[in-house]
Amino acid sequence: MKRMSPSVETPGDNDALAVERTLAGDREAFRVLVERHSTSVFRLAYRMTGNQHDAEEVVQEAFLRAYQKLRQFDGRANFGTWVYRIASNYAIDQMRQRRSEEAKREPVGRAGADGVELDPAALVADAAPSPERLAQSGELAAQMRHALSLLTPAERTAFVMRHWGGSGIEEIAEALKSSSSAAKNTVFRSVQKLRQALAPFVEPRGQAKAMGTEL
Amino acid sequence: MKHPNEEELIAYHDGEVFQREAIAGHVAGCAECHAELERIDAVLAALNTMTVPDPGDDYGRQVWQQIAPRLRDRKAHWWDFFLVAPNAANWLEPRRWAAVGAIAGLVIVAFLAGRFTRRGGPEPIATDASQVRERVLILAVGEHLGRAEMILVELANAQPKNASQKQVNISAEQRRAENLLEENRLYRQTALKEGDTALANVLDELERVLLDVAHSPQEVTPAQLKGIRQRIEARGILFKVRVVDSELQRRGESAKPSPAPSTSQKNERNKV
Repeated sequence: MKRMSPSVETPGDNDALAVERTLAGDREAFRVLVERHSTSVFRLAYRMTGNQHDAEEVVQEAFLRAYQKLRQFDGRANFGTWVYRIASNYAIDQMRQRRSEEAKREPVGRAGADGVELDPAALVADAAPSPERLAQSGELAAQMRHALSLLTPAERTAFVMRHWGGSGIEEIAEALKSSSSAAKNTVFRSVQKLRQALAPFVEPRGQAKAMGTEL
Repeated sequence: MKHPNEEELIAYHDGEVFQREAIAGHVAGCAECHAELERIDAVLAALNTMTVPDPGDDYGRQVWQQIAPRLRDRKAHWWDFFLVAPNAANWLEPRRWAAVGAIAGLVIVAFLAGRFTRRGGPEPIATDASQVRERVLILAVGEHLGRAEMILVELANAQPKNASQKQVNISAEQRRAENLLEENRLYRQTALKEGDTALANVLDELERVLLDVAHSPQEVTPAQLKGIRQRIEARGILFKVRVVDSELQRRGESAKPSPAPSTSQKNERNKV
């Protein structure tokens, strides 16, 4: 087995050097990038897709695409952000595809086995459990997953990138291939939908914030 | 200030700076808006408690094992030497010196071959090396621009197959754009080296458009497609590509054996 070149393994080496070595034909250098960024890409992918199996597929595909497109990578950019964007794009495609397959299979709209790809009508059809029951049985988490599943792929991407990825509006706009104002509006719509779905189950944190205006 | 609406409160919660002080001042004195802000915070805080399964410390290695057999071996090309961003330490690598040596060798061979073939011949049919190089570049870039133009035209005309279809599949154009990117970059750098800034500029703009297409989702909504088209139109790239392409064709015709073209023609195109 080919050994990783020692210069790639040293802690001070950065992504740019690993990219450069990969472009020069050193495939093991790409392994460094995969090992370094897989977990953070997985977190993003899980939040976008809502299940582990799809998230793992997104991670693998993102790195395969990154490898194929590596020549397009601007060496001055951050490799993590770049692969993150590739993963977002693939996850959007995957979610849209799943959604359209679901729609074909179950036009009436029912919850999928993993509770992720639901038709919006399912929310209305489901009897909302009481907050007490939710709190006792840990169903709040299921309700949140359910609420997230009601977002369109673009809304979910925008929400995940904004609230969990800390991305700016410009970055989200780039991932969604939309204008900044459209991206901003998509972020708003996502929060609005989540509020509508979750407000009955969530109590304001109250006094902790009562004294200040900055949340 | 009047009551901020829901969108403004959500943006404020997200850290939006626009009207931040005004909204903060209002919320501090308005129980209704303060309560609304707390409700927004409660939902987002609850969502933050959602856990993501820990894929394990070994996850990166697992991913590598799964994708490694699917990676094609990436062959290093001699032009990688020029494409990769310069870094002082890299100049010392043997691979780089090998590339320099190879290029220098080619230049010497071309020079000697030129001298040898000229000696004793009746009429020098071949033109000088720079003319040959320029002609090869003209032909190659012309062909490249023709392929790029086809992609742009196809995108300009793409539309859903029927009214009920909400997505337009542009995966074919996307793949072709990806394939053109690498050579586009190479031609751009060569044009720059040759001092043909107009061609380099058009290729630079084309590269941005190709990147835009290559990074788009495989299926786009009509609105997204419209956005791509607008970005193409805003750059006037299709027009520029056509102008440069036809000019290159003219040059290809006229540059066959004789006159040294370069400067004036390059200057003329620099006006594009």
